[in-house]
Amino acid sequence: MNYIWYFLIVFSIIFGALNSTLSEVVNAILSGVQLSVKIALTLLGIMTFWLGIMKIAEKSGLVEFLSKLLRPIAKLIFPEIPSDSKIIGDVAMNFSANALGLANAATPMGIKAISGMQELNKDKESASDSMCTLLAMNTAGFQLIPATVIAILAASGCKNPTEIIVPTLIVTSTAFIGAIIIAKMFKHIFPPQISKEEKDA
Amino acid sequence: MLKTIIDLISLWALPVIILTILTIAVFKKIPVYEIFIEGAKDGVKVTVNILPYLVAIIVAISMLRASGAIEMMAQLLSGVLNKIHFPADILPLAFVRSLSGSAALGVFSDIVSNNDVNSYTSKLAAIMMGSSETTFYVLAVYFGAVGVKRYRYAVLTGICADLIGIIMSIVVARFFFL
Repeated sequence: MNYIWYFLIVFSIIFGALNSTLSEVVNAILSGVQLSVKIALTLLGIMTFWLGIMKIAEKSGLVEFLSKLLRPIAKLIFPEIPSDSKIIGDVAMNFSANALGLANAATPMGIKAISGMQELNKDKESASDSMCTLLAMNTAGFQLIPATVIAILAASGCKNPTEIIVPTLIVTSTAFIGAIIIAKMFKHIFPPQISKEEKDA
Repeated sequence: MLKTIIDLISLWALPVIILTILTIAVFKKIPVYEIFIEGAKDGVKVTVNILPYLVAIIVAISMLRASGAIEMMAQLLSGVLNKIHFPADILPLAFVRSLSGSAALGVFSDIVSNNDVNSYTSKLAAIMMGSSETTFYVLAVYFGAVGVKRYRYAVLTGICADLIGIIMSIVVARFFFL
């Protein structure tokens, strides 16, 4: 991530200078900062609301119920998580919200799941295998009905906008399963790095 | 018909989830209001943790988009891509869809208004848009919330998932709409 970030910024500045868009690039710093704060503000409200609702779901035993229900599948996808953990319930709710296209609800649920994983994580600064798998599930963009896209197509006068549902579902399912398999493969190629403190000790 | 069902699901998914969670809790005699407040308190802390990660990635992506590099890359590659039924118009969408949701939506709307909405190009764009997820934003938010700084293979996995999405979009769109 250090190199990607460095590359993005340095490349943008150099390319901007050559392409005579340097002033736009510089302005983008300010607009990017403003956009981040805007997103964070929206996120603040959503996060607060859904973490409240999720606490209720947790206390009522709903999350635990989902965890038990999905234990057989969860063991395959998240072998590192103990089978009596509630994290699987959070993952299940995150997945369902994503599938239904409820991005606002899905994020706080995913945050709950990754927080649970962080408690089990040995090196708090480095991603655990479960986290990478959770992120793989979330970056694949699995969604049953792409409602926004259908709405735009319909508004533009498309004759049959719903005919994209099945093709889209095939694409996202493949990407979803593919991402999980790839995460499992990478797990062995990128073992956890030893942090500096551990090295010094 | 199908459109009505989809509208219904879009409208009712959220209310049904909230109703279910609250009703089960009340039946189990849980003080829902108090527990809500207890859980909601974490929202501020989590969001404050996320902000630095968000600023880092969004500023970098904004700079890249402002530099015009994405458009130039799209132009350079367009000749090759037309041969595999990958219209040049789509290319900016393929790049932008992993970086920014609102930008991708803008590009998608442009494609649909500049092409016939019932054309192969629009359908391909729709599939690519519908299967997209803003990988870098997701990484920043999730890892930001728990303070993880070394992402190991999460970035590479996310990029691979995006590539699968792009390639599969073309394969599936050709099969269904060409």
